[in-house]
Amino acid sequence: MTDQKIDGGKRTWIIASSCAGAIGAGFVAVPFIKSFEPSERARAAGAPVEVDISALKPGEKLTVEWRGQPVWIVRRTPEQIAALPKLDPELADPKSQRNPDELTPPYARNENRSIKPEFLVTVGICTHLGCSPSDKFVPGPQPSLPNDWAGGFLCPCHGSTFDMAGRVFKDKPAPDNLRIPPHVYLSDSRILIGEEKRA
Amino acid sequence: MAEMQTAPAGAGAGRRLLTWVDNRFPLTKLYNEHMAQYYAPKNFNVWYVFGSLAMLVLVMQILTGIFLTMHYKPDAAKAFESVEYIMRDVPWGWLVRYMHSTGASAFFIVVYLHMFRGLIYGSYRKPRELVWLFGCAIFLCLMAEAFMGYLLPWGQMSYWGAQVIVNLFSAVPFIGPDLSLLIRGDYVVGDATLNRFFSFHVIAVPLVLLGLVAAHIIALHEVGSNNPDGVEIKDAKDARGNPVDGIPFHPYYTVHDIYAVSVFLFIFSLVLFFAPEGGGYFLEFNNFIEANPLKTPPHIAPVWYFTPYYSMLRATTDLMVNILAIILAIAAALAILRGGFRAPAKIAIAVAAIVAVFLLKAFDAKFWGVVVMGAAVLILFVLPWLDRSPVKSIRYRPGWHKYIYAVFVFFFLVLGYLGSQPPSTGGNVVSQIGTLVYFGFFLLMPWWSRLGTFKPVPNRVTFQSH
Repeated sequence: MTDQKIDGGKRTWIIASSCAGAIGAGFVAVPFIKSFEPSERARAAGAPVEVDISALKPGEKLTVEWRGQPVWIVRRTPEQIAALPKLDPELADPKSQRNPDELTPPYARNENRSIKPEFLVTVGICTHLGCSPSDKFVPGPQPSLPNDWAGGFLCPCHGSTFDMAGRVFKDKPAPDNLRIPPHVYLSDSRILIGEEKRA
Repeated sequence: MAEMQTAPAGAGAGRRLLTWVDNRFPLTKLYNEHMAQYYAPKNFNVWYVFGSLAMLVLVMQILTGIFLTMHYKPDAAKAFESVEYIMRDVPWGWLVRYMHSTGASAFFIVVYLHMFRGLIYGSYRKPRELVWLFGCAIFLCLMAEAFMGYLLPWGQMSYWGAQVIVNLFSAVPFIGPDLSLLIRGDYVVGDATLNRFFSFHVIAVPLVLLGLVAAHIIALHEVGSNNPDGVEIKDAKDARGNPVDGIPFHPYYTVHDIYAVSVFLFIFSLVLFFAPEGGGYFLEFNNFIEANPLKTPPHIAPVWYFTPYYSMLRATTDLMVNILAIILAIAAALAILRGGFRAPAKIAIAVAAIVAVFLLKAFDAKFWGVVVMGAAVLILFVLPWLDRSPVKSIRYRPGWHKYIYAVFVFFFLVLGYLGSQPPSTGGNVVSQIGTLVYFGFFLLMPWWSRLGTFKPVPNRVTFQSH
């Protein structure tokens, strides 16, 4: 074999046809990878959800499903609302300035992160890795929480804590506050989740 | 092509058939190369049974998996119920299911011990780097296999475990959210996710796994097995060219391994029949509750074999990122001042360190947690190039090296324990220390593995016949 000369022309064509083959294989891969994307049926799901909040008492929480995710509606007590501004120094993003387009609609960019101070409407999915935090509304020392706990939520997965406005505490795994979904009050007792106020 | 052989005159039917096959397929050749004439060092100790045991468990997982697939339904509405159906209504279904679920944990116990053997006897060192690399790839596949398999029963732990791990990918800057969408196939973990995980679990990953196992064994039989002395048996050969310290795998080690298999199956059966849930470690109790996308169980933890890595993920908070940035800066300063590099290399180190510190602060701690978790597994791949000790086996290393290994194993177990516990402030500090020890062990290995007085390595393996 060693005494044979390299046929440069043949080698060029071998390289060219290998490249053509590789490009073809790349194109063939596209439909297979595309098939991993959400199907049309999955895309079509996700209609807005209407919720009746008339039965909700102060200090209570209601969970509804919107786009497969839990959405919480919490009716905060006056004490809980009053405690919110005091927590600002301990929070990672007290004024909800990070990723506001994604996390906090304009009408919720306030101290309470809500349209009405009394009602918090938020997606109950931790911004860390997507667990649903548990209610820890009772203030005071308890396992996994600081001794000066003022009430809020604790993510059981990685220990992120959130206050009663879904704002994340500093130095926790979760980088952002809980997401406020687009929502609108249809009346005093009815909220539509998944739609904003039409202009 | 070899010439046609003929069976000796008067040979029996069996011999004639074997000759007929050998002329068309290298059956005898393969048998000799991998069994009857594969020379393994004669000084193997008990640590050397775990490779064979891993093969046994692999076969068991494939067999039980085939039978489970006959009754299981990969449908979010039916999956949980179909597993309960297997447990209650399918004749002996409970046994097959518990063999499979207990087998998963047994697989990781055996594989962790197998890897530890490689670690202490330097089995990853030249010329066995590829054996180690294929092995690490097998470990990675096993983790994928275990993770996707755990979703299938569609219990609470299945669901929320998958939710967390898939969301890990969304922490990747820029492409993350699209990537996790692509994995889930829906905006939340749901039917689409279950279906594709089923496909990966029963066909895609096992195929890759089998290929890698074949590559692992072919590479091993090419270079020959290491041994507790870390001495190359091929350096001393007899007149026929066989290693004097080698004995044929069959019958010597097949008998040895069959004994180990008996002991293993004895222990395995005890767990299988008396504690198939393994006290909540092998099958978590919350997984006997059907998946509920609206409620995370109050305490969620991965199955035990993932907990060390899970601890490292949890340990990576903003504070930890700052510590990492400081360590990086100190390391770069030391490398520049004491490393004896040339000026251009020093500038390169300084620039790289500044860029790295900038990146550490630029992205969320969440992303770095994922990086730390991934790096903890991937760092195993570079082990052959981190170890610079002049000897392979721990037997001939300085005595204090044993303490380093002991500290490493201790913290690995502590990380594993903490990962199974609810998050706590104290536990978080310990897991941060554990994470630093874990990475320090590997990243400082080029330095510490050369230090100390090494004992002389014998020319031949040490062996006393019984």
